[in-house]
Amino acid sequence: MTDIPSDTRTAAPSTGEEGAAPRARAVAALDPAAERRRARRSRRYRWDMKWSPYALIAPFFLFFIAFGLFPLLYTGWASLHRVELGTPTDMEWVGLRNFSRLLEDDFFWNALRNTFTIGIISTVPQLVMALGIAHLLHYRLRGSMFFRVAILTPYATSVAAATLVFVLMFSRTDHGMINWALGLIGVDAVDWQNGDWTAQFAVSSIVIWRWTGYNALIYLAAMQAIPNDLYESAALDGASRWQQFRHVTIPSLRPTILFTCVVSTIGATQLFGEPLLFSQGASPTGGSDHQFQTLGLYLYEQGWFNQHLGRSSAIAWTMFLILVLIGLVNWAISRWIRRSA
Amino acid sequence: MRYRTRTSRTAVVLAAVTTLAAGLLAGCAEDSDEDEPGGSSGGGGGGKGKTTLTVGVFGAFGLQEAGLYDEYEKLNPDINIKQNSVQRNENYWPALLTHLSSGSGLSDVQAVEVGNIAELTGTHASKLVDLGKTSGVDKNAYLDWKWQQGTTDDGKTIGLGTDIGPTGICYRKDLFKKAGLPTDREAVGKLWAGDWSKYLDAGKRYQKKAPKGTAFVDGATGVMAAVHASGKEKFYDAEGELIYQDSAGVQEGWDLAAQFAEAGLTAKLQQFQPSWDQAFSNGSFATVTCPPWMLGYIKDKAGDKGEDQWDVAAAPKPGNWGGSFLTVPEAGKNKEEAAKLVAWLTAPKQQAKLFDKRASFPSAEAAYGLPEVKDAKNPYFGDAPVGQVFAKAAEGVPVQPIGPKDGIISQYLADTGMLGVDQKGTSPDKAWDKAVKTIDNALDQ
Repeated sequence: MTDIPSDTRTAAPSTGEEGAAPRARAVAALDPAAERRRARRSRRYRWDMKWSPYALIAPFFLFFIAFGLFPLLYTGWASLHRVELGTPTDMEWVGLRNFSRLLEDDFFWNALRNTFTIGIISTVPQLVMALGIAHLLHYRLRGSMFFRVAILTPYATSVAAATLVFVLMFSRTDHGMINWALGLIGVDAVDWQNGDWTAQFAVSSIVIWRWTGYNALIYLAAMQAIPNDLYESAALDGASRWQQFRHVTIPSLRPTILFTCVVSTIGATQLFGEPLLFSQGASPTGGSDHQFQTLGLYLYEQGWFNQHLGRSSAIAWTMFLILVLIGLVNWAISRWIRRSA
Repeated sequence: MRYRTRTSRTAVVLAAVTTLAAGLLAGCAEDSDEDEPGGSSGGGGGGKGKTTLTVGVFGAFGLQEAGLYDEYEKLNPDINIKQNSVQRNENYWPALLTHLSSGSGLSDVQAVEVGNIAELTGTHASKLVDLGKTSGVDKNAYLDWKWQQGTTDDGKTIGLGTDIGPTGICYRKDLFKKAGLPTDREAVGKLWAGDWSKYLDAGKRYQKKAPKGTAFVDGATGVMAAVHASGKEKFYDAEGELIYQDSAGVQEGWDLAAQFAEAGLTAKLQQFQPSWDQAFSNGSFATVTCPPWMLGYIKDKAGDKGEDQWDVAAAPKPGNWGGSFLTVPEAGKNKEEAAKLVAWLTAPKQQAKLFDKRASFPSAEAAYGLPEVKDAKNPYFGDAPVGQVFAKAAEGVPVQPIGPKDGIISQYLADTGMLGVDQKGTSPDKAWDKAVKTIDNALDQ
């Protein structure tokens, strides 16, 4: 940084200088061109400093505009129209009708309710278990690396593969592994897919299985950042392991817990692959009673199965608004936590 | 020096950014800017004088497997055929619709399932070539109803039929014998000839002495679909009005399937699901409505254990289940060559070959007299003369008006209606209301 100004200073002699030597004059004769060159260089350098960060970050934003912002806005535009998948260019303005009809659309409310309940019964146990697992992994263990990699493997499996295995496990017939296990302890076979709660439980179990390890690793990373002296002084004060966990670990993890809550909530709102593949024949209805149809699935059904892109877009935007709302609530809670802490 | 490196680095970065941006824009703009709409049919001018035709199909369509492309390439040395296959029609069809409306990404030839053909003739006919005028296409060679399905109201034939699915009833001789029912295919056909309610009666007879762990049919939804396919009207009337709620045929199918479910004659299975496949190999049901293309499926799933146990008899009333069309999009680059290919592929002779190799039953009536069809026997099904059985069924298939939303309606009637009656014991009335509500919501734009 510092060499430019000095450089410029020496390179640009002031015109009012007196008693200039012939040599200096010769230089001065060259001046206009050289000076312009130098000025140009320095200007370029300043631009470089000022703009190249933007240039470097531009690819992301270009992609974001093309594949994030534009679709978002266009979906909003489409949601105000009657658009059919077969003739997407043929749009008829309907105002907010696609949104207002959602209010009296039983299927929408059903999907919203399912998304909510599946979200709760998958996110809560998932985060609690992740916290517990992270706590265990935080101890000195033999082969800790192995366990850390092992708990992340479900996250690395594809949704489709995992779900297919779960479908077989939750199968209604005697071949289902879970019904078989239940039979061993004398419980009658359960028709997992056709019951409201059983189906939602089954779908949630796939989500829990996939994401617990991921969250556990995030917690573990945060735990390792907690200074050891805190535990030492707690131990000196006679705190038990459990008390240390409650009064040292949890408070230090607060921001991380909030982060995982936000991410899991977003994931739960957008839940799609698991319920789609859990139903027989990957039907978008989410069971014969729509008992495990989530918002994401209803959106897909309206858009790609019933071919109503406009109605589908309205659902997409409603989901987006719900997420914004959840984001705001989270923000409020985190502020409140920070203040009370 | 520092300037130099700095500027050159900036230059590199800028160049990279511009390239990325340009690529991105080009990627987005490709669809609209390209003057040749037949996007994927590229390579048309690959080798000088050699034309590459692309054929878009779903599932294991059979044309390639039966060696028909190779044969055509041999007959026409300057033609090269490439197939793009999408596994499931549920994924293939929406993509085809969007490609048609944007005029890009299309293959030169596109296959269309019968459940979707009415939507094409209704709203997209202008984007497809009139194949009725292609030389070598003889309207009279085809079954009339099949020809009509691929033709618009004003007489433009946009799709030529490949195969059809006239239905029979596949049944297990061993189970029938144990239950005290006849096993000879003529006698079995007579059990229920002409009336679906006799099929129900046969089921009740079967149940009285049913071998343990077996049911008469696979599931209620299968029965419903079979009855619906055999009626004079299904979901639309001849004027194209939606009548599924009042149609006598739909009601008959619903009631009969519900009776099957309520009498406990079903194995409560949904077709084409893993549990259904398993049931074939376990032999858990005795009958299933089967079009010709299902015979191979049954053989696959029932395996060696089922060898010689299965046979095929005439259905109470034959219907049509499945079958496809080939179309040529206007946006394609090689429309003429593509139309010629379609005409050749759907000609009676080639259809007979396809039946011989792949059991896709010809939609060209003229093929029924050819030895590949007439003399066809299926060794796995006790040497049943399948060619004659299904040719007879094909002649009895009613000319049923089809509509643009047939596929959606039948899937919802099954998935959100009859399936609940069968698997959850929902009352038929309640299930009907539920299905109607779902269908109405689905059809409301």
